[in-house]
Amino acid sequence: MYVLESADKAYTSRRGTVHALRSVSLEIPKGSCVTITGPSGSGKTTLLLTLGGLIRPTSGRVLFHSVDLGGLSDARLAQYRNQKIGFVLQTFNLVPYLSALENVMVPMMFMHRSKNGLAGRARDLLGRLGLGDRADHLPRELSVGQQQRVAIARALGNDPEVILADEPTGNLDPRLATEVLDTLRELNEKDGRTVIMVTHSPEAARIGNRKLHLVEGTCQDGALPGTVAV
Amino acid sequence: MRLRTILWKELLLRKSRMISGLLAITLGIAVIVGIQSVSDVSKRAVAIKLDNLGSNILVLPQAASVDDYYSADIDAPTFPEDYVERLATSMLPSVDNLSPKLTRRVKVGGVPIILTGILPASELASKPIWQSAGLAGDELALACGTSPEIKEGPSYVDEKLQRKAIDTLAPTEILVGSVAAERLRLSDGGTVLIEGRQFQVARVLPTTGTIDDSRVYAHLHVVQELLGTGPQVSAIEIMGCCAAISDGLLGKLRNILPDTRIVTIGQIVSTQIETNRLMAKVSVILLVLIAMIGSISIANYMWANVEERRREIGTFLTLGATRGSIYRLFFAKAVILGLLGGICGYVLGTASAMVLGPQLARLSVEPVPIYLLWSLGIAVAIALLGSWYPTYRATRLDPASILQEV
Repeated sequence: MYVLESADKAYTSRRGTVHALRSVSLEIPKGSCVTITGPSGSGKTTLLLTLGGLIRPTSGRVLFHSVDLGGLSDARLAQYRNQKIGFVLQTFNLVPYLSALENVMVPMMFMHRSKNGLAGRARDLLGRLGLGDRADHLPRELSVGQQQRVAIARALGNDPEVILADEPTGNLDPRLATEVLDTLRELNEKDGRTVIMVTHSPEAARIGNRKLHLVEGTCQDGALPGTVAV
Repeated sequence: MRLRTILWKELLLRKSRMISGLLAITLGIAVIVGIQSVSDVSKRAVAIKLDNLGSNILVLPQAASVDDYYSADIDAPTFPEDYVERLATSMLPSVDNLSPKLTRRVKVGGVPIILTGILPASELASKPIWQSAGLAGDELALACGTSPEIKEGPSYVDEKLQRKAIDTLAPTEILVGSVAAERLRLSDGGTVLIEGRQFQVARVLPTTGTIDDSRVYAHLHVVQELLGTGPQVSAIEIMGCCAAISDGLLGKLRNILPDTRIVTIGQIVSTQIETNRLMAKVSVILLVLIAMIGSISIANYMWANVEERRREIGTFLTLGATRGSIYRLFFAKAVILGLLGGICGYVLGTASAMVLGPQLARLSVEPVPIYLLWSLGIAVAIALLGSWYPTYRATRLDPASILQEV
């Protein structure tokens, strides 16, 4: 599904050039559950956001179903993120003045399809994640665990093929973290979705059937330096 | 859920900031509406005063001066009465009430007066102050012969001037200015002998404080006959619209009557024109200033709003919002602010004008509905102008950077 060919990402400023990714090449088949670990600043999030079409590689290619994401227009990339990707973020990024239900509906709304039935689907997703009775609550009225589950429900809004999770358990206590990891595992195993998760936690990393380790922008966990076949 | 749900909920979440952002537009629009409302009433009031003063354009023979006209010099030149017809048939817009006059000084019982021949209806119509003073309805009809009974009697009907409704003053009737009436000891219904002919006083006119108070008015054609001038007149008074005068009405009149002198009652007209121009300039300057202040204020508010919502915008972009969606979100907000500001500004400005107008300028101000549309248009334009750059910056936010911000 994903193929990275010598993907390189460099940030240039007056203080010099920083290489967040150094010629990363890897393949991620559909249905994988991949965890990405590494020290801070190693390029984990950059890699995740590159897969999510939010960062264009400086050089090399990122292919999704053989389509070069780097060659897509901004509008097509937005469409790709909206329809193919579900993002789960460490800080949840819920819109504070929208209810749980409305937050789940945000990506559906951007899909420009008929607005009918969106609320029903959002309610079903919240119910699946055990938040059926919290649909009308604002984020501040929910616990952090509930907020993260709302974020997961939102990620599922457009029934994406891929879940990209950036430290989804980083702000959660161990019990809530386990709940969230179980949910992600279920999305991978039961739904067949590809889950790619960045984490600092060795516990969280265990849910992956493949583990990538990044150091200074280079994947060290492959057969060849900088190359990982998953 | 639609974009408007996000829009309204966000507006309501940050009400106080929205109100402060709205305030500049509201006050700006209120100032414009207030000034325009008072200015409009003021213009109308001046126009009515001008109207009451009577004609503001004089057509004189080429060789005559304005002094000749007012002094009614016996040798003052004249021109053919046909010139009235030329003007009347020219269909010039903004020309009302042509009043041809033949004026001469005569003595009545040893008392010098100014005898003025008029075509009565037009003369009276160009002097509304007389009408308002009592020469209206039946009395006016009596004076001008508008009633059927009078029309059946001996009267002049000027066939050539059909476009201008010209009623008649009976050949034996006169109107007498207040000063002349005092000198001649005349009152309504009295009789007097002028140049050997007996006249009855149809009405003593109220005091105007002008040369007209010393005049005795009879029908133009009667005066022409009495003085033996033939179909000649000393002047044609015209009531022309001030704006039309400034737009070249005098030149057009000169083209129609090239061998005449055409003068305006300059001070009055030019003062009014200058006042109107000054008010227009002040309004434009204020409009520009307010547009700038309003735009800067809205830009400031929207800029702060974009900064405050960086994470939210980043999230929207991450979840698949296009730049178009972000433009719609912020421009729709600007339109709402503009509409609210326009309505509030109109209400506040109109209310202020209605309250302050009578106190400060002794003018009664009424709401002008069309200003609501202008207020909405200007306020929305200001809000969109002020929002453009912050919104552009919002669409250029890099969601990847925002997501990585701690």
